[in-house]
Amino acid sequence: MFGSGHYSGFRVIKEALTGHKGWRPAWRDPEPQKSYDFIIIGGGGHGLATAYYLAKQFNQSRIAVLEKGYLGGGNVGRNTTIIRSNYLLDGNEPFYEFSLKLWEGLEQDFNFNAMVSQRGILNLYHTDAQRDAYTRRGNAMILHGADADLLDRDQVRAMYPFLNFDNARFPIKGGLAQRRGGTVRHDAVAWGYARGADQRGVDLIQNCEVTGIRTENGRVTGVDTSRGFIGAKKVGVAVAGNSSRVMAHVGMRLPIESHVLQAFVSEGLKPLIDGVITYGAGHFYVSQSDKGGLVFGGDIDGYNSYAQRGNMPVVEDVAEGGMSLMPMIGRARLLRSWGGIMDMSMDGSPIIDRTDIDGLYFNGGWCYGGFKATPASGWCFAHLLATDKPHETATAYRFDRFRKGLMIDEKGQGAQPNLH
Amino acid sequence: MIINHPILGPRDAQEFVYLGDAALIARPDGLAPGAQEAFHDYLYLRDNPAGLHRELWYHEQGDRSWLVVTRNTLTHEITQVELARDVARSLGRSK
Repeated sequence: MFGSGHYSGFRVIKEALTGHKGWRPAWRDPEPQKSYDFIIIGGGGHGLATAYYLAKQFNQSRIAVLEKGYLGGGNVGRNTTIIRSNYLLDGNEPFYEFSLKLWEGLEQDFNFNAMVSQRGILNLYHTDAQRDAYTRRGNAMILHGADADLLDRDQVRAMYPFLNFDNARFPIKGGLAQRRGGTVRHDAVAWGYARGADQRGVDLIQNCEVTGIRTENGRVTGVDTSRGFIGAKKVGVAVAGNSSRVMAHVGMRLPIESHVLQAFVSEGLKPLIDGVITYGAGHFYVSQSDKGGLVFGGDIDGYNSYAQRGNMPVVEDVAEGGMSLMPMIGRARLLRSWGGIMDMSMDGSPIIDRTDIDGLYFNGGWCYGGFKATPASGWCFAHLLATDKPHETATAYRFDRFRKGLMIDEKGQGAQPNLH
Repeated sequence: MIINHPILGPRDAQEFVYLGDAALIARPDGLAPGAQEAFHDYLYLRDNPAGLHRELWYHEQGDRSWLVVTRNTLTHEITQVELARDVARSLGRSK
C-alpha cells in the first residue's frame, strides 16, 4: 500500500502529535499512459467501484478510470443516499442483497469512513391490498436471505408518532421494515473507492472526456479522449445518465431514456427521523442527515432531459407528498434542491453485459436506484470484465432480455421508461 | 415548461402527458419480413439525444390532441410544436 497510507484512530493521534505533516493527497493525479489492459469510462460510484474490485478482488492491473469532470461529480454526489434490498423479483433481489452485504463490510474493506448507517427503512402501506403486496415482498426478501418485518399500525406509531395516521383518504395501516437498510455518506463512497483503487495502482484520470471508441475487426482497441488516444484491451462503460451518448460512439442504441430526478434538503432541524420512511400513497421518501437536514425526494419529472435541474410541477408534487405524510414538514424551510440525470430503462432494471463488440462492456440503466447498487454493481462489472462471465447475482441483467421477453419489471409498467 | 399548442395557444406542460420519442409514430409493418426485429427496435430502443428531441405529448387535460414537440433536452427550451396528426400524415400514415 502506498500514497495516502492507512487511516486509523492511531494515525489521527500520531498526526495530531506531529503537526499533521504526514497527511498526503488521498489519490494521485497521473498523466494517462499510452495504453491499459482495462479502461473504465466514468469516474462515479460505479466506475470507481469497478476499478477497485478489479484490482483488489480480481487481481488485475494496468487499469485506468477516465472521468470527463471530477471524481464523484455525477449521481453518486446527487442522490438521497438510501441503501436497501427490498426488491421482489428473482432477477433483482439476490443482487441487491449482495450489495447490502457489501455495504455492511465496506468501510473496513476500503479503509475509509463512509458513515454507513443501518438505521432502517420503513415502507408504509395504506390499504389491505398494499399490505398483502408487502407481505409477499417481505417473504420474497426473506427467501433470498434478506431481512423483512411487517409492522402493524401501532408498531409504526411507536416508531414515528408524528406521521399522519388518520389521513381520511390514505390512513397509515402499517409498514414493511427492513432494519438493515439505511443511509450512507454518498460522497465518501466515491472517495473511498477512489482512494482504494489508487492505492492498488489504478490511474484515476480526471478532466478526460471520451470523444470516441475505436474498434478494429469488431474488437475494441482504445478510446479517443480530450487528452489524446489511449489504447485498451477492454473498455467498460459506467456512465449512467449519459449512457446513450457514450454508446452512440459505436452506433449502439440503448433501451434507455435519460430523465431528470430532483432531490431536496430542508434547513437543519433537531433529531426527528432516525430512519428512512417512504410514503405508500404517493411517491415520497425522507430521511434526516447527520447535519439535521431532512433529505427527501419523489418522482422523476417524466420527460427526456440531460439538464441537471427539474421544473416546478414536481417540486409541488413532492411537497404535497411530504405534507400528506407528515404535516409538520410544512414548518420547515426548503434549503436546496437539485437534479440528477437517470438512465431510465425499459423495464426499470439495470444492464451489466457484454456488447456485440469484443472487449466493450456496458453497465447502466440504473433508473433512480443506482446508489444502493454501487458496491455490487462494481463487483459484478469487475467480475464480467475480468472473467467474461456474469456474476451469479447479475445473470439477468442482459441486453437481450427485451428480445427474449425476460424483462425484470418490478412495477409492471411495461416499456414506458418515465413510469418506472 | 409552456407548450405553445397550435390550436389553443400557450398551455402549461402540466396539462399534458408525455409519451416519448416522436419516432413512435412510425410503427413498423407487422407483416413485413423482419417484423420481429423491427418491433424490438421500435418498442425498446431509443436515440435518447442530448440536444433537440422531437417527442409526443398528449393534451389530456385539454383538447385530447397529440402533439409533436421539438424540445432541447439540455435546456428544456421548446422550439416547435406541431399537431401529431399533421406529422403522421406527412409521413404517409392514416391517409
